[in-house]
Amino acid sequence: MIAFASLIERLTLTPGRLAKLALMQNFFATEVDPDRGWALAALTGELSFDAAKPAMIRALAEERTDATLFRWSYDFVGDLAETVSLIWSAETVSDTPPSLAEVVAMLREVPKSEVPALLAGWLDSSGADVRYALLKLITGALRAGVSARLAKTALAGFAAGNGLAIAPDDIEEVWHGLTPPYTPLFDWLTGRGPRPDPADAPVFRPPMLAHPLEAADLASLRPEDYAAEWKWDGIRVQLVAGPGGRRIFSRGADDISGSFPDIMEKLDFHAVLDGELLVARDGIVAPFAELQQRLNRKAPSAKMQADYPASVRLYDILFDGTEDLRALDFAARRARLEAWFAQNRPARMDLSPLVPFDAISELVSLRANAREAGIEGLMLKRLDSTYVPGRPRGKWWKWKRDPLTLDCVLMYAQRGHGKRSSFYSDYTFGVWRDDDDLVPVGKAYSGYTDEELLRLDSWIRNHTVARFGPVREVERGLVLEVAFDAAQRSTRHKSGVALRFPRIARLRWDKPAAEADRLETVMRLVQ
Amino acid sequence: MPHPETWLCVRPEGLYCKPADFFIDPLRPVARAVITHAHSDHARPGHGAVLATPETLALMRTRMGADLGGAKGEGIAYGETLAVGEVRVRLVAAGHVLGSAQVVMDYLGSRAVVSGDYKRAADPTCAPFEPVACDVFVTEATFGLPVFTHPPAPVEIAKLLDSVRLFPERTHVVGAYALGKTQRLIALLRQAGWQAPIYLHGAHLPLCATYETLGVALGDVLPATVAARESLVGKIVLAPPSAIADRWARRLTDPVTCLASGWMRVRQRAKAGGIELPLIVSDHADWPELLQTLDDVGAPEIWVTHGNEEALIHAATARGFRGRALRLVGYDDAGEEAA
Repeated sequence: MIAFASLIERLTLTPGRLAKLALMQNFFATEVDPDRGWALAALTGELSFDAAKPAMIRALAEERTDATLFRWSYDFVGDLAETVSLIWSAETVSDTPPSLAEVVAMLREVPKSEVPALLAGWLDSSGADVRYALLKLITGALRAGVSARLAKTALAGFAAGNGLAIAPDDIEEVWHGLTPPYTPLFDWLTGRGPRPDPADAPVFRPPMLAHPLEAADLASLRPEDYAAEWKWDGIRVQLVAGPGGRRIFSRGADDISGSFPDIMEKLDFHAVLDGELLVARDGIVAPFAELQQRLNRKAPSAKMQADYPASVRLYDILFDGTEDLRALDFAARRARLEAWFAQNRPARMDLSPLVPFDAISELVSLRANAREAGIEGLMLKRLDSTYVPGRPRGKWWKWKRDPLTLDCVLMYAQRGHGKRSSFYSDYTFGVWRDDDDLVPVGKAYSGYTDEELLRLDSWIRNHTVARFGPVREVERGLVLEVAFDAAQRSTRHKSGVALRFPRIARLRWDKPAAEADRLETVMRLVQ
Repeated sequence: MPHPETWLCVRPEGLYCKPADFFIDPLRPVARAVITHAHSDHARPGHGAVLATPETLALMRTRMGADLGGAKGEGIAYGETLAVGEVRVRLVAAGHVLGSAQVVMDYLGSRAVVSGDYKRAADPTCAPFEPVACDVFVTEATFGLPVFTHPPAPVEIAKLLDSVRLFPERTHVVGAYALGKTQRLIALLRQAGWQAPIYLHGAHLPLCATYETLGVALGDVLPATVAARESLVGKIVLAPPSAIADRWARRLTDPVTCLASGWMRVRQRAKAGGIELPLIVSDHADWPELLQTLDDVGAPEIWVTHGNEEALIHAATARGFRGRALRLVGYDDAGEEAA
């Protein structure tokens, strides 16, 4: 547990992606099976317990500590597991702490009534870092700030360190057929074993992604090479169904099946499909905000499912039965998709129609006029493109409609993280209300150049009117042109509106703050 | 035998010894001051006369100029006794930083010890704390909660060196208070076998030079100047805590931001401060050391100057001591990060 505990601590505090990868790779290279596999499961969210409730941990600590001192300590630290890990009498540390494998095995074995005594024994033989990791793990509250994808990227780096060319996508394709502690996976990554065969397990296939289309790319496109589709404003999903099981995966390989039982029950076929998850009523796509109501809910109520009905708009087929179609070109796959759809007619699904066009100029005007909810712009896909994971250049283009913009006034600035920790790089901005006061409408962290950041940083330092910890309130004197994809009603913001994906488009050093936009202008843009 | 509370009291200027007519670590300018150590919240300018160890006087001169902020300085070595009026005064090592002292006062058969700031853990840059039996023991309680147990400093140094090995292409910048913490870290790094030059923020250089003059060897220390960017890769840089995440640190290559402080025991402190590698190294006694010291000194009465006094008094009372909070305000002006 010692190496695992220090890995968790460093991952939690390290902002940099490369540094996180280095920490994980070093861990995989220096730890042994099955401990490193259990750690991998903990990092990817595949290992969680509810063996202990906070009240039990608190009672355990209070048996050994003066109640008053415990209360003052908890007030000071603010986190129960951390307080217990720090206050646990250290004099008794004697044995070596349990291994992660031992913790997993014992928690599965012993009846719940014996968990407190077991846990107390472990805490006695551990230092503060291990106690913390242990308490977080067994209360199901361990967070390391690592995505599953990043862990797989670290595994690929670990394999490279062993002289093996295994890409993160290769790991992705076997991942969902594996279970902790992943010993066959580590055998493969160390060259001791073959690639684990997922057989007919419902595994995730890394999706093909599109490049943003810039104005400069437009001239080089020949209309006869491409098919066009609407770019839907939902989330990309992969539906996997067959005799081995059913899954709905997000673009990032997260298994989101549990959130969409209404879709899951319709996956009574054998195929792997690529499409957009939407909330739609009679084929009319609802604004993204409605889909958000359904995301991240482990078990949506019947009412939730009825109020926000989910469906999938299909645009590609990767497998038909056991037949891998990814080597076919887009035109052939599209024909297979249409034929498959005609034959299966799955409920809660429809086909994303192709948008006919003869000239690029036609697409330009289609895109410019696409303002209805649910459409973000256009997708252009080369007819001869095979289905390749990742973002191959020049195959698929996403061509979002022009963003909306507003002139807002900078109100607060906050220091960034990692490389930006010395810069005020996070900006809260607002627009004018009727009473001529500013009201915040959003926060942006991107869109400026390095030189602009330097200038912003020094402007903020020279125009600070108040400080709240890492946040500075500034004079109302700088106008930011903010670009965003949509404006939505929000009860969480004082202004009643929230901007989607806001970023800094331009710094308007020239514009007087009084001439920035007003709240009524923003409200007119709400979908 | 007069109880110390009849001759040692709290005044607005600070803790006052009546029969000797001096203040200990006064918070405002006074005629006569006894200074326990050279940290800026204890050693302030503007006094008439200052009594302290020769090391503390030397460090004060480095900080506030050769004129000691206008005071006349008198040095008294550890263990020497000086009669001030009817009070016999002795300075005894406190183990906090170089020159730090407890003030032992004997008056008509009763004894009070004002410990200043202290720690019990080993420190290669200063003499260890020496318990002195007394009637009243005046203590700090900076880390006066049972959550504060500082791990052995070499363990934390090993953590830093492991990270330097894992990230050879980055610069490790360690936030450390300029007086005491910095020199202790350097000495600990040397003990752990780190012989490479250690680079310092400008604010750290003069105090390190004074430590060297006073006989504490620090090895190769160099200024972390802007021009040295490339030479800082893979190296360790020490800087004041306020500089490590601000504009000064932009001269460093992809820095790993570390902070050496007892407060780093609490994760949220590290996270909120943007600290990537917290190092729990403190110049103050942790909770077990505070309790151990009460037992070692054996004074029936404990006065607590500053910190988490309620918790320490609560614990002292449970152990049969009489506890009293002096509530002296102003002893953490240097910022929590210094601890």
